[in-house]
Amino acid sequence: MDKAIEIRDCSAAYGENKVLNHVSLTVEKGEFVVIIGPSGCGKTTLLKMMNGLVIPLEGEVAVNGELIRGCDLSAMRRRIGYAVQGAGLFPHMTVEDNICYVPGLERRLTQEEKKILAEKMLELVQLPGEVGKRFPRQLSGGQKQRVGIARALAAAPDILLMDEPFGAVDEITRRGLQEELLALQRKTGITIVFITHDIGEAFHLGSRVLIMKEGEIWQEGKPEELQKAPRDEFVRSLIGR
Amino acid sequence: MQLIQILWDRRDFFLTCLLEHIRISLTAVVCAGVLGILTGVFISRHKKAAGIALGVINVVYTVPSISLLGFLIPFTGIGDKTAVIALTVYGLLPIVRNTYTGLVNVDAGILEVAEGLGADGKQILFGIRFPLAIPVIISGFRNMVVMIIAMGGIASFIGAGGLGAAIYRGITTYNMALTAAGSLLIALLALLSDWLLSRAEKAVNRRYGIG
Repeated sequence: MDKAIEIRDCSAAYGENKVLNHVSLTVEKGEFVVIIGPSGCGKTTLLKMMNGLVIPLEGEVAVNGELIRGCDLSAMRRRIGYAVQGAGLFPHMTVEDNICYVPGLERRLTQEEKKILAEKMLELVQLPGEVGKRFPRQLSGGQKQRVGIARALAAAPDILLMDEPFGAVDEITRRGLQEELLALQRKTGITIVFITHDIGEAFHLGSRVLIMKEGEIWQEGKPEELQKAPRDEFVRSLIGR
Repeated sequence: MQLIQILWDRRDFFLTCLLEHIRISLTAVVCAGVLGILTGVFISRHKKAAGIALGVINVVYTVPSISLLGFLIPFTGIGDKTAVIALTVYGLLPIVRNTYTGLVNVDAGILEVAEGLGADGKQILFGIRFPLAIPVIISGFRNMVVMIIAMGGIASFIGAGGLGAAIYRGITTYNMALTAAGSLLIALLALLSDWLLSRAEKAVNRRYGIG
């Protein structure tokens, strides 16, 4: 299998505060990797390294075989989907403009193109087409989150990075979104790296789960492997066994 | 009654003054607007310059307007030019401060998402940062316009035209009605401009789905 993302021996710090300590990780194409860990464990930093929002102090990051260091970061990011908690929609743009944001960064889209693309993406995340003309503040939490995912996928990226994307929605909506995401991945074969703090969500979604603690990958494996052989008390308490 | 009488009797004089006033204020508004927004954008990207620029503008703002006009006379002489310069300098404070505050206070999370999605610096500034700061910038602009129009009354003390001429003439000839009429017209002009701008503000906010 080809490597979608490769993190080689990377460290990161905010000032004096070291948040990642010599982490290495390879994500194969088509994998669904879920990262879980207590707050402050460095999971968001690790994710942001994958699209160059955080540049490691040491070590190298490669995306689709290309080193991040020295490459055109903006152009690279346009080929990677990015969705965050609370969706981070642009409040001054309609849903349609939000969805068409990334393709619009490359070239100016006509109204017609925008409409077609927005409708296609809204259908993919199971929202009615008329939502496209609304502004984000007129949407419910779950709808916003769906639009956030539609925006992340609009430029047809082959990697999707998600930082607690379902953290701010209610349980029932979250279940629905999880199933849709799994179906989407089955359909498109996209590589997903997903952060959560919900172990149930991690085991349900991930083909591989990484447990992080204090800036290190503490244990990783398939959900069954982790459940069968937790490394220590920390992992055991995290997965509730 | 006397007020209306004098406004009617000397309508040509007042009309000339009013048009002069609008011309001088508008020139100062354009100068201060362009300069102020550019400065605001610049200092929002250079944090060190921000402290210095805002400090200097604040100090200038504390100089009484009449003495600022006085200071300028040796350099730019008397007349409209000096008035426009003084009004521009005064108008800078609200527009620079609001542009800066508006741009700096845009939600950092939103900006990071834009960056993460692949927007470059220019696209973030013009596509995200600026539109989100627009309400704050417009409110600074409204402040500036009202201030420039009101302050424009003083400009005739250094020989510039405008409604200040009516006020000044009223004071020197003990003609209270003349002074009052000039003041009234300035106040009306300021209120009307502010109202027009508030309409513009609403339209812009609607365009961006805020209002």
